[in-house]
Amino acid sequence: MYNQMVVDQFSETELDRLFQAFADSTRRDIVRRVTVADYSVSGLAVLYAMSFAAVQKHVAVLERASLVTKEKRGREQIVRGNHEGLQKARRLLDEYEQIWRQRAARMADILAEG
Amino acid sequence: MTVISTDKNPEALSLTLVAEFDAGVERVWQLFEDPRQLERWWGPPTYPATFYRHEFVPGGAAKYYMTGPEGQKAHGWWEFTSIDAPRQLEFNDGFADSDGNPTGELGISHATVDLESLGQRTRMTIQSTFESEEQLEQIMAMGMEEGLKQAVGQIDSILAQHANA
Repeated sequence: MYNQMVVDQFSETELDRLFQAFADSTRRDIVRRVTVADYSVSGLAVLYAMSFAAVQKHVAVLERASLVTKEKRGREQIVRGNHEGLQKARRLLDEYEQIWRQRAARMADILAEG
Repeated sequence: MTVISTDKNPEALSLTLVAEFDAGVERVWQLFEDPRQLERWWGPPTYPATFYRHEFVPGGAAKYYMTGPEGQKAHGWWEFTSIDAPRQLEFNDGFADSDGNPTGELGISHATVDLESLGQRTRMTIQSTFESEEQLEQIMAMGMEEGLKQAVGQIDSILAQHANA
């Protein structure tokens, strides 16, 4: 059963963090950006109409959810996408896909009755 | 039935599924229009859905619950935001309390169903998104998160909430 798999793979705390991280549009945008290129926190801050501190807070939420990593380089903090964390998000989406695949299969069964 | 493609965006967590059925478009449309047929496929066999209201008109509401093996019920609601028979259908979907009133807690998902006639066959494209299109992850998230708060051994109630999303 696919939900059993989810329970096996994710602890509740992990899920809470992951979902909290994804619930905000700025954080989703940050994740999209840092998966394709490295950004410093100050580099991200200029992209959004919010303070450096606010962006730093978003990055911290993403870091706790294991979606990004942060590394000190000189005076800058470099933010990168965490491949493993994103893989978890992909697995969640795979579960969701299964729901619709099973629905489509049931629809076909009904249609086969005529 | 053949699932032609699925398109998933891990960052945006959006899902599009394209399937083809060996039936005409009018017949496939009935799977949505007729609540007795709809409830046969919306929920999994272990959590069958019962639609006790189904106002299949633009702006109309549907109310349903899914019944688990222990008799537990998970309630949901739909609002049909667009109906263009037999080609296109849009609806919002959310969690409800036991009276069928939206709880508002778990977010709203938006589904768009397109049916394309291929003669004797029909191509169905389902796109499932959160209200603002980018927010599907939230409803999945909430459904899942809520589900995992259930006691160990209540995996079946998680199933209902998944299916509800």
